[in-house]
Order: sequence, then structure tokens, then C-alpha cells
Amino acid sequence: MNWLIAILQTVLFVALAPLLAGFLKFCKCRLQNRKAPSLLQPYRDLLKLTRKQPVISEDASWLFCLAPYIIFSSMVLAATVVPLIAVDLPTSASADVIVLVGFFAFARFFIALAGLDIGTAFGGMGSSREMTISSLAEPAMLMAVFTLTMTASTTNLSGAIGHVLNEGLILRPSFVFALFALILVAIAETGRIPVDNPTTHLELTMIHEAMILEYSGRHLALIEWASQLKFMLYGVLIANIFFPWGIAESFGLSALGYGLLVIVGKLIFLCIFLAFAETAVAKMRLFRVQEYLGFAYLLGLLGMLSHIILESTR
Amino acid sequence: MNIESQDFYTQAILSMSALVGLTSFLMLGQGRLLRLIFVFAVQGLLLTLTTSLAAYSLDNPHLYISAVLTFALKVVFIPWMLHKQVLAMNMHRDVEALKNNTAVMLSGASLMVFSYYVLQPIIHTSSMIMLNALAVSLSVVLLGLMLMISHRQAVAHVVGFMSIENGLFFAAIVATNGMPMVVELGVAFDVLVAAILFGIFFLHIRTSIDSLDVDLMNKLHEVDK
Repeated sequence: MNWLIAILQTVLFVALAPLLAGFLKFCKCRLQNRKAPSLLQPYRDLLKLTRKQPVISEDASWLFCLAPYIIFSSMVLAATVVPLIAVDLPTSASADVIVLVGFFAFARFFIALAGLDIGTAFGGMGSSREMTISSLAEPAMLMAVFTLTMTASTTNLSGAIGHVLNEGLILRPSFVFALFALILVAIAETGRIPVDNPTTHLELTMIHEAMILEYSGRHLALIEWASQLKFMLYGVLIANIFFPWGIAESFGLSALGYGLLVIVGKLIFLCIFLAFAETAVAKMRLFRVQEYLGFAYLLGLLGMLSHIILESTR
Repeated sequence: MNIESQDFYTQAILSMSALVGLTSFLMLGQGRLLRLIFVFAVQGLLLTLTTSLAAYSLDNPHLYISAVLTFALKVVFIPWMLHKQVLAMNMHRDVEALKNNTAVMLSGASLMVFSYYVLQPIIHTSSMIMLNALAVSLSVVLLGLMLMISHRQAVAHVVGFMSIENGLFFAAIVATNGMPMVVELGVAFDVLVAAILFGIFFLHIRTSIDSLDVDLMNKLHEVDK
């Protein structure tokens, strides 16, 4: 039964990710006074791409064809670890938060390799940029996550969320810092606006798009789906770590339904917030990204320090 | 002491003190004047929130008045005035290249450690909360001094001065549940007068050395060299 719910949760993750991306696009369009495409448009795009024949360059190696599958499956594996509607699932007990970061790193490694594989200028440029950003973003994310795990004294995500949930409402200075750090990292890692612009193919600014420029057909569909999944993973992480109230602790039908309703509400709120932020902020220069991520790291570090100094037992 | 065992008021005060400390650090590393003024206003807002929180949970109505004063002066009036002056003197586009930014930030961090060290003996006489909140407010004072030393623009000096006052105010709210009303009114009035006087000083400095960069004052001599 528990395994069934775990599988159901992962399927929900995979199925809802394009909808979330569609909703974010909807919010942004409405804020910019444009007519929004249908919420189902990402699904239609994915369907259209899977029907098309992939065009593969002559110089591509086996790695290029294999990479989309690896990236997508590592994202699905990451989705099994993150609690969406219920805690204490058997899959989330098997891997902790460091493994989750590892899954992200694994997918990123292969997407960067795939970008380099074809040997075009854009792919290499995109890969080098992606690796630069991720090398700065990863420590910041780990720092933010360690603040949580030090508080809960477990690195298991589900255990940590359960700990926060059972403690009731406690204002922790360290969590405020960790929340801001994680939001900044999530924006950088999912390629949202101040760092990367997901809607443009302007050669000077693109990072993620540069790496996947050569992909088409079902390969492109898988990569797009994986990045939508990654976006949803970060959203759920932020929502469930810092505002875990409402997540199901028992596996009754009503508890699960309530959990689903609550997480949908939290994600809608997060999307609206993100859409506002993206509409108000301009994309920054590539060379200022390190300042931005340095700030995220500083926040993570401050969270850790304030956990030690302000909240410790002495 | 464990944060889980504290009441909600204490947790909130601790969170506030952490955020106030963060805004001080942000001001220290900020090269753009308008953003510096904005962060200063945010710090003022945090102080207002702390004051109203203290007023609510300690049931001390006169603190509401001081919260309103703080809001009016430090969130609205002074930032607005500085903002207007920066725009009027056309300095909003200059980015002040901070010399040895890393060294400044590091010494800021060591100042924070220093304030903890200095206040360590206080544990014997009062709670841990007091130590944390007082250490943060002392470090806000020291970081304000640091800001005045490290920046060259006169506007940044004024912001540093005001943030020193913020640190003292925070200590007063947290440690002694607010000063007597007379003292608070006096201090608020002093801050207001200081802000206006600084405005006049800006004008004079600008007319005499044609810039607000105080490093240029080193070139002023009685006799020509």
C-alpha cells in the first residue's frame, strides 16, 4: 500500500510538472497584459515533439542520444525522494537530501556533456556557463539544506519535514535565511529570469537553451519535461520544507486528498510570487551571477551561523 | 537555552535581530547609494516591526507611539529626503568602487564576533536572549561606524550614522522594553534635526569641493603646496 502511494506520488510529480510550467507562463502573461496560452499548452508541445522525428547530427556520439533518457530518469528518481503529498513514504526513506543534490548534479553533468558532444560553439558555451553557475549554486544549496538537517538532526528529507511539522510554529532565524538562500538558488538552478531567460534564444544570454539547441523531437521533449520537473521539484522543496503544514502524515484517502489540495495551493502561491518577481526584475549580466550566488551562499552561511549562535543549547 | 522552549515573542525578537544584523551587512557591502538608502529603510521597517511586537506582547502602549515615530522618520521621511538629495545631485548613477571590499566584509564579521566576546559576561546576570539581541545591536553600532569609515560618499556617512542610532534603538527596545517616552521623543527629534542639518552640510560640502566624495577634502590646504 505504501509503495503504491509512493509510486502514485511520483506519477503525480511527473504528470503535474508541465501544468505548473503552464500556470507560471499564464501568470506572467496576465501580468504583462498579454493573452495567455492555454494551461494545457506544455502538454500539447510535449506531444507534438514526441510525434516528430528527431534530427541527429552526423558528429553525434551515442552519448548525445542517451543523455535525454538519463536526464529524465534521474529527475524522476529525484522526484521519488521529495515528499509531495505525504511524508514517511518508503521511497523517501531510502535516500536523503544529499542524494537529491547528487541526482541534480548527475543530470547536469550529462546535459553539459551532451552540449559538448556535438562540438558546436553554442553547446560548449552553454555547458561552460552551466557548470560555472552550478559550481557556485551547489554549495549555497547544500548550506541551506544543512541548516534544515542540523535543526532536525537528520538528513532524511521526509524525517526533517516531519520534525518541522511536529514542532509546531517556531520562528527560527536560521530558517528565514535558509528560505531566502534556497529561493535564490532555485531561481539560478532552474534557469529563471535574473540568471537565465528560458524563453529566449538570444545567443549572448542563453545558458540552458544553448546546451539543448541541437536537440529535436522526442529527445527535446524529454529534456523539456525534465527541466519542468526540476522546476517543480524546487518549488515543492521550498513549499514543503519551510511551510510543511497540510502534508499528509497518514495514508488515509482524506488526508492524501487534503495534502494534494494544500500543495497545489502552495505551488500556486509560489508561482504567483515568482511571476511577480520575474516581471519586476531584469535579467542580469552573466558576470554578475557570481555576486548573486555569493549572496545566496552568504545567506546560507548566516542561516547556519544563526542556528549555532542564536538557537543553540548552552 | 533552546529555541523550542522559548515563547513566541522571544523567537520573533531573535528572528528580527538576525534580520537587522543582515541589513547592516548589506549596507556595508553596498556601492550604490540608492540601494544603500533602500536597505536603510528596510532596517527601519524591521525596527518598527520589533517595536510594535514589543508593544503588543509586553502590553506597553507607549511603544506604539515610538513605533509610529520610527516608521515616519526612519522608513519614510529620512530615506525619502536622502533619495531626493541623491537624485538632485545626480549621484544615483555612480557606483562607488569600494576599496578592498573583502577586507571590509571580513572586518565586519570580526566586529560581530568581537561584540559577542565583549558581551559574554552578561550571561551571568541576564538571559541568553539578552546576550544575542544586545550583541546584534552592538554589532549594528560597530558596523555603522565601519560603514562610515569605509565609504567615501558623504551620503553613505549619514546612512552609517543613522544606522548607529538604529542599533542603539534596537538595544533599548529589546533590553529595557523601551526607553521612557520623553527620551524617545527627544531622540526622534534629534534624529530629525540631524537629518536636516546633514542636508545643509551636503550643500556646503558640494559648493566648496564640488563633490560629496570626502576623500577630496584631503586636498584642501590653508596654503597652496
